[in-house]
Amino acid sequence: MTDVPQDSRRSARAEASRRAFYRFRQSRLSMVGATMVAVVVFFTLFGNLLAPYPEHVRGGLNTAERFQAPSLAHPFGTNELGQDVLSLVMAGTPVSVAAGFAVVLIGTVLGVVVGALAGFNGGWIDDVLMRFSDLMLTIPSLILAMAVAAALGPGFVNMIIAIALSWWPGYARLVRGEVLQAREEVYVAAARAIGASPARVLFRHILPNIVSPIIVKMSLDMGFAILTVAALGFIGIGVRPPTPEWGTLLSIARNYMPDFWWTAVFPGMAMFLAVFGFNLLGDGLRDVLDPRARR
Amino acid sequence: MLRFILRRILLILPVLIGMTIIMFVIARVLPGDPVGLAAGPNATRAEIEALAREFGLDQPLWVQYWTYLSGLVQGDFGTSLFSRRPVATDLAAYLPATLELVFSALLLAILVGIPAGLMAAVWRNKWPDYLSNILSVAAISMPRFFLGLLLQLCFAMWLMWLPLGGRFPIIFDPPPGVTGFYTIDSIIAGDWDSFWTALRYLALPAIAMSLSPLATILRMMRASTIEVMHQDYVTTARALGLSPRLIVFKYVLRNAISSSLTVIGLYFGWLLGGTVLVETVFDWPGIGLYATSAIVSQDFMPVVSVALVIGVLFVTANIVIDVLYGLINPKVRYQ
Repeated sequence: MTDVPQDSRRSARAEASRRAFYRFRQSRLSMVGATMVAVVVFFTLFGNLLAPYPEHVRGGLNTAERFQAPSLAHPFGTNELGQDVLSLVMAGTPVSVAAGFAVVLIGTVLGVVVGALAGFNGGWIDDVLMRFSDLMLTIPSLILAMAVAAALGPGFVNMIIAIALSWWPGYARLVRGEVLQAREEVYVAAARAIGASPARVLFRHILPNIVSPIIVKMSLDMGFAILTVAALGFIGIGVRPPTPEWGTLLSIARNYMPDFWWTAVFPGMAMFLAVFGFNLLGDGLRDVLDPRARR
Repeated sequence: MLRFILRRILLILPVLIGMTIIMFVIARVLPGDPVGLAAGPNATRAEIEALAREFGLDQPLWVQYWTYLSGLVQGDFGTSLFSRRPVATDLAAYLPATLELVFSALLLAILVGIPAGLMAAVWRNKWPDYLSNILSVAAISMPRFFLGLLLQLCFAMWLMWLPLGGRFPIIFDPPPGVTGFYTIDSIIAGDWDSFWTALRYLALPAIAMSLSPLATILRMMRASTIEVMHQDYVTTARALGLSPRLIVFKYVLRNAISSSLTVIGLYFGWLLGGTVLVETVFDWPGIGLYATSAIVSQDFMPVVSVALVIGVLFVTANIVIDVLYGLINPKVRYQ
């Protein structure tokens, strides 16, 4: 007897995800986004290995070949140190993507903890936590990250901490709202009636049911996190050379425009395309997973 | 209505105090050794202690916070550890340039974004809608500083139509200051040459700033227009045989705009944050450029003060939007 509901539940879930996948495939832009993200992930994993001039990635220079225009040997040209721009752009992918992902991940974890505590407990805990995250939201995240990064000093880890600190309040608000809604659902009342502890109700029953809006927000935020990382690099408080990072590459290259435009345009295009891919994918996921936001 | 406005203003007091606490924590607690940082790597122990006394950094934290807060109330933002100039003087000099840039960008975004969003909704699921959808995702994905560089490359370096950066030619005097906005000041002075010059300098940074909010306003406007078009009163108007043009412009537009207003308020803060990047690219002498040049010399007091000013401006803008919202939509006033 117990097998029957188990089975039908599983097939209902499979059916739902099949439908979601079908809708996702129907949307051409989402598929374009997914493909672009796949390329970005590919270069994140293998960019360092595939770079045609690995010695340039490690900081080696070749002053005989400074500022060469794009050619077969150097499709993206060479920069002021004679380094191959294509190699730097490829090797810069893991830096930007890893930093962006770390920011989103830390922001999500912090936000989920704060939001779940606030929404699940209510009362003064809710008031204090939410007033605090509203407060953090009143300072534009880039400026807040800048101030924190300036106080902590430059560096890769400090930059990630600075951005993540300005990133969590959005998640806290989202999760709190979802938890407040889920708390009133019948399945939560049922779990409580059986005698489940508050922690079990929160972690086993509520959180798994609010995963999809969190995933949608994470995928939409991935692009913006990469942009923020590059922006801090551009201002000069992010990753330091010789580590190739798109924003830093751009900030150096802008001194050599317009004659040596390729040193700026190719890293910038890589940044734009990566963010574009993540945003298209995020839009597509939202249309599929969030029934309230259908076109 | 007056009570509504007063209540909104009273509500921000705790927010402002909270912001000063955050900024104080960032400025005084986060850096492991703020004095050592300010004194430089070669300072002796006695020099560091003297500097600490000078800036009051040897006092307990709550005394330091109280000094900081009472200074802020009197318009004292502290002193730049690097240039030794009061931060408030610099902020007052640079703020008008930033505001002029932000307001122009916002104006551009609204003037283009609202009609474009309306059109995308009217032609929903036809090619103008698809085109505007792709373009708006692209616009949001475009890093502002890279867009700024591309605009410089095309219009300032290759075509040479517009100036590369700055706010006004150094060899000329800017228009006499009334508002601090060069475009408005030159109109007040009746000096059309200066107006044209100021506008030419403003064009590229304003475009670079406006593209992303333009796209967001477009999407918001599209969504709210579609929602309004499904309301009963629109169906009624259509059933009564009113022309589509009349329905859109007389009944749909006003209702759709009022829900887009909130987004515009939120974007004001985002724009203020983004000025840092665009001002750096275009050498625009605003508070953003001030902050980035302070970062280069590891002087964080200006950075923290800029963050505070931007936070205050953002909160103020949202109150203005709230009040406007109450004016447009009487339902909000009595909640």
